[in-house]
This record gives sequence, structure tokens and C-alpha cells, in this order.
Amino acid sequence: MATATEVKPLPVVLRRPRATQGFWSWFTTVDHKKIGIMYSVTALAFFVIGGIEALLIRVQLAGPDGTLLTASQYNQLFTMHGTTMVFLMGMPLAVGIANYLIPLQIGARDVAFPRLNAFGYWVLVAGGLFLYSSFLFGGAPDGGWFGYTPLTSAPIAAGALPGHGPDYWAIGIAMLGIGSTTSAINFLVTIINMRAPGMTLMRMPVFTWMMFVVAFLTLFAIPIVTAALIMVYFDRNLGTGFFVGGVGGDPLLYQHLFWLFGHPEVYILILPGMGIVSEILPTFSKKPLFGYAVVVFSGIAIGFLGWGVWAHHMFATGLGPVAISAFALSTMLIAIPTGVKIFNWLGTVWGGSVRLATPMLFALGFIGQFTIGGLSGVLHSVVPSDTQQTDTYFVVAHFHYVLFGGLVFGIFGGLYYWFPKIYGRYMDERLGKLNFWTMVIGFNLTFFPMHFLGLWGLPRRTYRYDSGMGWDTLNLVATIGAFTIAVSTLVFLVNAIVSRHRGAPAPADAWDGRSLEWSIPSPPPEYNFAEIPTVHARDDFWHRKYTEDDDGRLVRLPAGGAVAVEERPTGGDDGGHGAPGGEHIHMPSPSFFPLVLASGLPFLGYAAVWKDVLWAIPGAALVLFGMYAWAMEPPTAEDS
Amino acid sequence: MAQEIAARPAATPAARGEDAHGGVGVTNTKLGMWLFLSSDCLFFGAFISAFLLYRGRDQAGPKPSDVFDIPFTSATSFILLMSSLTMVLALAAIQRGDHRRVRIWLLATALFGATFIGGQIFEFTEFSREGLKLDTNLFGSSFFVLTGLHGAHVTAGIVWLLSLWGLSLQGLLPTENAEKVEVAGLYWHFVDVVWIVIFTLVYLMPT
Repeated sequence: MATATEVKPLPVVLRRPRATQGFWSWFTTVDHKKIGIMYSVTALAFFVIGGIEALLIRVQLAGPDGTLLTASQYNQLFTMHGTTMVFLMGMPLAVGIANYLIPLQIGARDVAFPRLNAFGYWVLVAGGLFLYSSFLFGGAPDGGWFGYTPLTSAPIAAGALPGHGPDYWAIGIAMLGIGSTTSAINFLVTIINMRAPGMTLMRMPVFTWMMFVVAFLTLFAIPIVTAALIMVYFDRNLGTGFFVGGVGGDPLLYQHLFWLFGHPEVYILILPGMGIVSEILPTFSKKPLFGYAVVVFSGIAIGFLGWGVWAHHMFATGLGPVAISAFALSTMLIAIPTGVKIFNWLGTVWGGSVRLATPMLFALGFIGQFTIGGLSGVLHSVVPSDTQQTDTYFVVAHFHYVLFGGLVFGIFGGLYYWFPKIYGRYMDERLGKLNFWTMVIGFNLTFFPMHFLGLWGLPRRTYRYDSGMGWDTLNLVATIGAFTIAVSTLVFLVNAIVSRHRGAPAPADAWDGRSLEWSIPSPPPEYNFAEIPTVHARDDFWHRKYTEDDDGRLVRLPAGGAVAVEERPTGGDDGGHGAPGGEHIHMPSPSFFPLVLASGLPFLGYAAVWKDVLWAIPGAALVLFGMYAWAMEPPTAEDS
Repeated sequence: MAQEIAARPAATPAARGEDAHGGVGVTNTKLGMWLFLSSDCLFFGAFISAFLLYRGRDQAGPKPSDVFDIPFTSATSFILLMSSLTMVLALAAIQRGDHRRVRIWLLATALFGATFIGGQIFEFTEFSREGLKLDTNLFGSSFFVLTGLHGAHVTAGIVWLLSLWGLSLQGLLPTENAEKVEVAGLYWHFVDVVWIVIFTLVYLMPT
């Protein structure tokens, strides 16, 4: 290439990293599989941290007049619990799995922008550490995960919430939004431009489809909340009056902006779970997904309708009968595509030869519990009922059924399902079943009673309650349930850590799968596909393995997919620089600069929180150096 | 079928994860920029909505009509819009391989942008002298934050253009890299279009 000779080498501040193995390679990798693992592990760590916060909350509420926490500590804990579980666990865990799988499912060797991908991950780390550093420097956010104004936006001097918590919150979420936006752009371009030949949109696996919808939602939702957070920051620190009632500002504007982001965010969290379940159910039922096109279009419909329901979070604010009726209707409407999906999943399992392995159990658990959460959601669309339930534990029960019973179960199922692909070993089935059943019991023990507690009047976000209100027993039950979940999570972690090295070896096609990721070795080579596959049908890999006889029964092709797996050249341990057949697969080279660029962001964050320009100097230096060095560095290093 | 697969060169640019014409016939980089800009639309949309919501709600002045100097802002807006023309000329030049003109037009675009920013700084100081500050009233809050963020976008664009100019000066912006100019151009035109919206809704629409 002409450019290659012309480009002068950079003045070497950082020599281009070469290692693709070993500890330090994780800091510079641009391999979508490694980044996917890093996202998932980080998100699971935050799952544990957010879980510990939840346990502290449950201990405080185990009985009346809890004394473990002060009101202020309690506020910080429930705020950080919600913020962690949404922004640091839910979104990144889905992004992690998607990072690993989207290129494999569409037959690509990497994502469209490998370094941008790494950058998104490092922003997650930077933003997460920044948010949590607030515990040490100035007090954690304490305005709830949706940070309602004027509670959070009151000027620091006026101090509705004293301390810098809301500043950390506003800037931390905005920072994390940068990473979410870049990863959304990356997924969209990858899916639009980098599918293997023959992989038409309507042949894509449903998980990839749902992440496609999620990426659009992320792309359009994040900028809205970023704008709202900037206004909050300005109100607190620079004397603007966006949400300050005293000067005519309207706190309702904040609620509109937040929920215009916040409701699509709900679908950003749940659609990946729906996608995972749509992968697991067909595999373990040995049937194609019932009504593939309808499932896909329902996902798209949910994505569209998700933009028209945000005000149902605000029914109690007095929006007026016309607005309320419109949003009640649109909220009821969105139950239709959701219900369609549930029936399609049931139709997939119906009459199949079902194998109840752990991933399948979690997928079935998803369907049951998500349905309960969906039904209590429909109750919220009925305005009189919603007005009664607003800010009670009923709401807490509802969204935990959707996000824990749904998202977390779906993702755990996905982790069990794809673990053998990632590490070439199965997770232990006995521990897996123990994990599942303790999780089901613990989850329902914790959150089912909250429906009653809410209807009996227990307000959410209260750090203590009086005895004699009839709330004592069920609160104790919920606390016992929370600890059962903790034990179950521990079982999962032990299972994952032990199985990684000692699990039963898994073949490439670990579960008799249907999509392309099962057609390559486990763990996949760095370049994924030695030869880019040509796709001829939906569930292409399945059709390479099976055909139907005249009665419509499945018949395994004698020399079908299995042989295709074994004969597929598996590359080797040469890091992808010499696949069989003499071809030379260039993979994007590792880079320091995504990490350098992301590491500047927390410094800029501190500069904003403390309004101290000194912090901005290292921040700006790192960001600018990272940007320019990144821009000057070719994506793939020339061979030395 | 085996031959069919083998016949495909596996190391096409797309397979290597580099920019290539793919699904929609737009390169990865350009598609990525389009998607980013679509996201940025909603960012500005939120601030524009806030501005419009708070129009005329202030009890105390100064009001927009007290401070706006429409002829002055029209002139700087015109200069900003003309920079889109020079941006197009820069792209045409690099596609022709005329690197001297690339540098001229890139520099001209950056200078027009800088003139606009200069005008904005002048305007802000003038408003501030007439008693409109960030914390004066809702108009001040929503006006300065909206136009300030737009100014920040323009400033980032100027730095980007000057960086390209510097690259070209060192011979590091060959004709094959015309897309780098094109992508910067997409961003630049977007920022101009946003200004048309802001200028119309904020300055020209009567209260």
C-alpha cells in the first residue's frame, strides 16, 4: 500500500503492543472475544457489588426500626444499587455477550471498529471506578437511580442533597453514556456491513437481531439523558435554572427527558434477554424458533413503541387526562408484541424433544417470571391502579420481576449456554441445577411478597418502618430470599471458576446448536472463521447437519455438519498469522490508545465535580494524546 | 460447495475488520459517522426543546429582543454556512489529488469556523455586558447552554480540520485517504445544519 510507506513512524512514546497472549495483552487487546469476556467479568463483579448493596438494604429492612444504616447511608445504597444494576451490570453484561457473539453469529472476523470496542470497555471501567470513588471522596449519589429534580438539581448552596453525590452521578452516567454510544455504533455498523455472504437480515439469529434493535435504542436514548444530566450539573454548579422552580424552571421537564431515555432503557435491558431465550429454546427443543419473523418484528415493534410510553412513569404528576389516556393506551399496546413473543416461545417448546439442561431451565424461568412482571406492568398502564401503586413496593416487585426474573435469568441462561463455546468446557450441570433452583426460590421469596407489601402501603425508599403495620413478616421473608439469591450467585461463581479449567470438555458444537458460532472450534481461534462461511438458510448450521424424511422427521445427515466441523481447518496457536492453505489472515493489532483515552475521562470528571481546573490538565492531556495517537496508528500493524 | 467457499478470498478488507463497502454500500467509517450524527441530533433536540419550552416564561429580563443583534448574527451565520462550501471544495480537491488546494480549502473552512466562533465570543461578552448571564434567567440558562454546546461542536470541528491540514502539510494525507476529509466534512455540515435550526428557532422566531 502506498500509504504504508509514506506514514512515518510515530515518535515512539508507546511502542505498539504485539502480545496477544498473557496478562498484559488484556490491556491492549482489540479482539472482540476478549473484550466480550472483559465486559462480562466486569459486569459480574458489579453484579456482586450491587448485590452486596441489596443485602445491606435487606438487612436494614428485615424487621421494623432497622438500625444497621442511617437514612443517609440507606439513600446512598439504594441509589448505587439501582445505578449499578442498570448501568454497570445490566447494560455491560448484554454488551459483553453481544461482543463475543455478534461477529460469530453473522460470520465476521471482528467488529467494525475494534479499537472503539476496546475504548467502550475502558470507559465502562473508568466510569464505574469514578462513580464508586464517590464513596471515598465526598459521598455517594443519593438521589435515586433516576435522580429526580429539584432534589438533585438544587444548587449546591441551597443543598436539597448536600455533598457532591449528584455531581458524581450526573457526570458518571454521562461518562458511561459515551461508552454505550460507541458500542452501539460499533454493533450497528458491524451488523449492517459485515455479515457473511448469504447472511440476509431475515437469516440472522434472533439474539443478533435483538441487539440490533437495542443498539438503535441506545444510540437515540443516551443523548437525551446526557442532555438532562448536563442541565442538572449546570443547575447545581453554575447557577442555571433549568429545573429550579423558584426561577420558573420546570422539574417536570427533567422527568420527561429522563423517562424519554428511561423507558427505552428498559427495553435496552430486556431485549437482550429475549434474544438469548430465543436462541436457547430452539436448541433444547430441537425445533426451529416458532414464527421467527413474528418474533423479530415483535422485537422491532417493542423498540418503536418503547418511545411512546415514557409518561406512564409520571402518571402521578398531574399531566392532564388527555396525555394520561394516550400514554395508558400506548402502554397497553406494547403488551401485545410482548405477549406475541411469549406465545412464540411456548410454541417453540410445544411438541419439541425438550432437554432440561441448565440453560433451558433458566430460559423457562425467564418466560414464567417475565410473564408475571409483564402482567404487573399492564396493571401500571391502568391509571387509577397506577396512582395507587406509585412509589410503593409494588413497583419494586414489578421491575425486579422484569429485570431480575427476566434479564438476569436470561443472561445466566446465556452464560451457561455459551460457556462451552468460550472455554471449550461445560459448566457443571449439578451445580448449574442447584444454581437455578436456589435462584428461583430465592428470587420469588424476595420479590413476590413485595407485591403485597406494596399494596398494603409500604412506600419504597424508606429506610425504616414502624412495627404493627402488618409488614414485618413479609419483609423478613424477603430478606431470607435475598440471602438465598446471594448463595445461588456464589454457586454460579464457583461453578464458572472451577469449570473453566476442570469442566467436562465440550466439542465445538456443544449443544447441537443451530447458528454459526457452533460451526467453529471451542474456544474459537483469534480470527473466528478460517474461511468466511456462505450462508444458505436461516439456522444454516442446523441444515448442514439435519434433513427431514418424507414424514417430516429429523434425520441426521451422515456426513453433514459434524464432518464440516472436523474438516474445518482449525488454524493453530500461531495467533492467526498463518491459517492453513497458506492464506494470511490479518487481524487488527492491539493498541494502548483506547485505554489511554478512556483513562483521561475520570480526571475530567473530577475537574467537573470539584470545579478545579488542575484535574483537567492530566485529563485533557491523556484524552488528546490518546486521540491523536489513535488517529495516527493504522488499525493493523505492518508485519515486522 | 467446498469450492464455492474456497473460491472466496478470505482476507477481503471486510473480513479483516477494516473499512470496506458492505451491506448498504457505505464504508464502515462513514456509516459510523452518520450514526453518531443521528445520535447527536437528539442531544441538540433536548436542549432546543428546553429552550422553546422556557421561551417567554421569564418574569425578569433581559428578553431575547433586548439583546439580539440579528444583522450581526446573520453575518456570522452566513460565514459559517459558506464554510460548508469550502468544505465541499476541499473534498473535491483531495478526490482530484490536488493537495495544494486541499490545504487551502481546509484552512479556509477552519478560518470561517473560527470567525463564527469569534462572533459568538463577541456576542456572549456583549450579552453579558447588557446583563444577560448564565444565571440571570431561564432565557440566559437555555440560550447560553444551547449555543455554547453548539460552539463547542464547531470548535472541535476546527481542531479536526486543522489536524487534517497539518497532516496534509506533512504529506500524510494522500489521495487514498480522501475519506478522512469526507467524514470530517459530514460532521462539519451537520454542525452547520444544526446552526440553521438554532438560528431560526432561537434568533428569528418572534416571541
